[in-house]
Amino acid sequence: MADNNRAVIKLKERFAADIVDVKEFRGEVTVTVKKENIVAICNYLKAELAYNLLTDVTAVDYLGQEPRFLVVYNMYSIANKDRLRVKAQVCESAPEIDSVVGLWSSADWLEREVVDLFGITFKNHPDLRRILMTEDWVGYPLRKDYPLQGPDREPYKGRLS
Amino acid sequence: MGVDNPLGDNIITASLDGLVNWARKSSIWPMTFGLACCAIEMMATGASTHDLDRFGIIFRASPRQSDCIIIAGTVTKKMLPVIKTVYEQMPEPKWVVAMGACACSGGIFDTYSVVQGIDEALPVDVYIPGCPPRPEALLYGLIKLQEKIGRERNSFGSTIGLGERFDSAA
Amino acid sequence: MAQKETMTVNMGPQHPSTHGVLRLIIELDGEIIEKITPHIGYLHRGIEKLSEHRTYHQTLPLTDRMDYLAPMSNNLGYVLAVEKLLGLEVPERAQTVRVITAELTRLKSHLVWLACHALDIGAMTVFLYCFREREKVMSIYEKLSGARMTSNYYRVGGLSADVYAGFEKDVQEILDTFPAHFDTYEGLLTKNTIWLQRTIGNGVISAEDAIDAGITGPALRGSGVDWDLRRDNPYSGYDKYDFKVPVGEKCDTYDRYKVRLVEMREAVKIIDQALKSLKPGPVLAAEPQVCYPPKENVYNSIEGLIHHFKLASEGFAVPEGEVYQSVEAPKGELGYYIVSDGSTKPYRMRVRPPSFVNLSAIERMAKGAMIADLVAVIGTLDIVLGEIDR
Repeated sequence: MADNNRAVIKLKERFAADIVDVKEFRGEVTVTVKKENIVAICNYLKAELAYNLLTDVTAVDYLGQEPRFLVVYNMYSIANKDRLRVKAQVCESAPEIDSVVGLWSSADWLEREVVDLFGITFKNHPDLRRILMTEDWVGYPLRKDYPLQGPDREPYKGRLS
Repeated sequence: MGVDNPLGDNIITASLDGLVNWARKSSIWPMTFGLACCAIEMMATGASTHDLDRFGIIFRASPRQSDCIIIAGTVTKKMLPVIKTVYEQMPEPKWVVAMGACACSGGIFDTYSVVQGIDEALPVDVYIPGCPPRPEALLYGLIKLQEKIGRERNSFGSTIGLGERFDSAA
Repeated sequence: MAQKETMTVNMGPQHPSTHGVLRLIIELDGEIIEKITPHIGYLHRGIEKLSEHRTYHQTLPLTDRMDYLAPMSNNLGYVLAVEKLLGLEVPERAQTVRVITAELTRLKSHLVWLACHALDIGAMTVFLYCFREREKVMSIYEKLSGARMTSNYYRVGGLSADVYAGFEKDVQEILDTFPAHFDTYEGLLTKNTIWLQRTIGNGVISAEDAIDAGITGPALRGSGVDWDLRRDNPYSGYDKYDFKVPVGEKCDTYDRYKVRLVEMREAVKIIDQALKSLKPGPVLAAEPQVCYPPKENVYNSIEGLIHHFKLASEGFAVPEGEVYQSVEAPKGELGYYIVSDGSTKPYRMRVRPPSFVNLSAIERMAKGAMIADLVAVIGTLDIVLGEIDR
């Protein structure tokens, strides 16, 4: 069914070499791509397929797997009222990917948050300061190897979970 | 004159403590300093239904004009230096109310970025539990603060050089 | 040879009109805003990280505390996302009650928005009126869930309990009285010269810019984009109700004000329709793997007790996969992106906070304006720091 999706058909025509995986789960289409052409893919999706609203940019840390990170773009087309999720693979040794701020300015803060909490750098981003944590914060809190209570505290053990 | 003078030409005598504490506790001016969810309940307490003005409690926007800080919400490590600065800007005497579970102990947010209780940094006078505490709970906490202020001994005298201040165990 | 000098002014994080702990560093040329650098994160509590260490049910109370002005909308987005992961059908009565409470939440949130927005611009009366009305919604919240703000009333699969006896009467009272209250607010503001001068032409952002900046919700509709998730991607049975989506024309603070006021009136209409269609029935799906057993079973039978204990302590497993579910929260599109690895805890829970993205456009909206108008722009964006920082 994912093969019938309007975006998947076009993407397979244009960017066949970049697509790693196409999945559908609960009616939501996810396209996993290589990170090299992410700006070209996003540009195509925005310009040709009218995915004009970038709702979210985030990342998921799959610690122990390679590639370790997936940068997730949730986009929406106001004209067609459908969603598409594009995931780009980012490996641990070179945690960087091209920024899509040039396409959607909503990516500005969303990418900064990924930088702050995951330590994935976005190339060509105009302002890559930390956004939620203090400037001098050490570590990236949402990585799986970062302890919940912070590295300087002994975890509380008196609880079930 | 149109103004009644019910006491006539009499004089009322009172102890300095009694007078000062009465004045202080009847005009607690907390700072409008909302951090998180509790701030909304603090606003609700100040608004129409509960009306903090009845207790002489009027919110002030500047720390220079306030004598009480209600820590209403989660204190994060990024916010803590700001709170300390604001607290230092307040003139003496000053009181701290920790409102809500987060300000008391960190609450459910036992995480890397949250200070586990404002008492790690400031001397707290009243702890109000709840997540968030109801307006009635905040009122009760502020009345408890008034009682505590009423029990202070020689806190004014000590600042003008009249002996030592007595700290009660309570 | 006059040399242009700008002045840097710090606003916040302790400031009465920053709606919490927002900090803005403003560069001023005289009184004109040249540049705004927002600093956020003063309320970053690590909710996303914390949820990775909590079971799916334990995560629900965390969502209350994100947008604490609209807790039930946050709960709704979360339970819908988990139900989508599970492929769970929710009973009709539960869906209808969810719509009623979510729209009550919208009223509650918009009332606080109006109160604070008006207070910032100098209309104290509206603040007192709005909080008086808000207490009515709060008392319904309290009767439903036991808490005035952090309700935690929904459950994955339905509701924690059926509505109390007299719920319909309380809601009907709101429906009967609120439109007149809205008229009062409009009477105080809509044609008030001071209000008009402070809001018309303030914080203008065009439709293209608003979409580019990712703005959603009433702020986007104020810019003339006719898009509402409740109508366009309906969830929880919103497609059954007839309501109007208001849009603005001038893209300014005044239009956003009008859009939100119409939304409040429309919310009353939706509640009215939902209340009329409320039929008796179960409020929790018959899915013992996920849903708690009825309380009388827990108290009266050992099987029920064990069932409850197992669900409460261990949680329920969720099939491997990932979903993104968004709802039209009072502030805009609130999305939950949940990745499950098949265990009883979310592998990753990402919240797409509407205020966060809306706030990022503040420089575009306030640049070139007078410094005094900045509080109007902050007010019109309707931000909540708990949600921005999470």
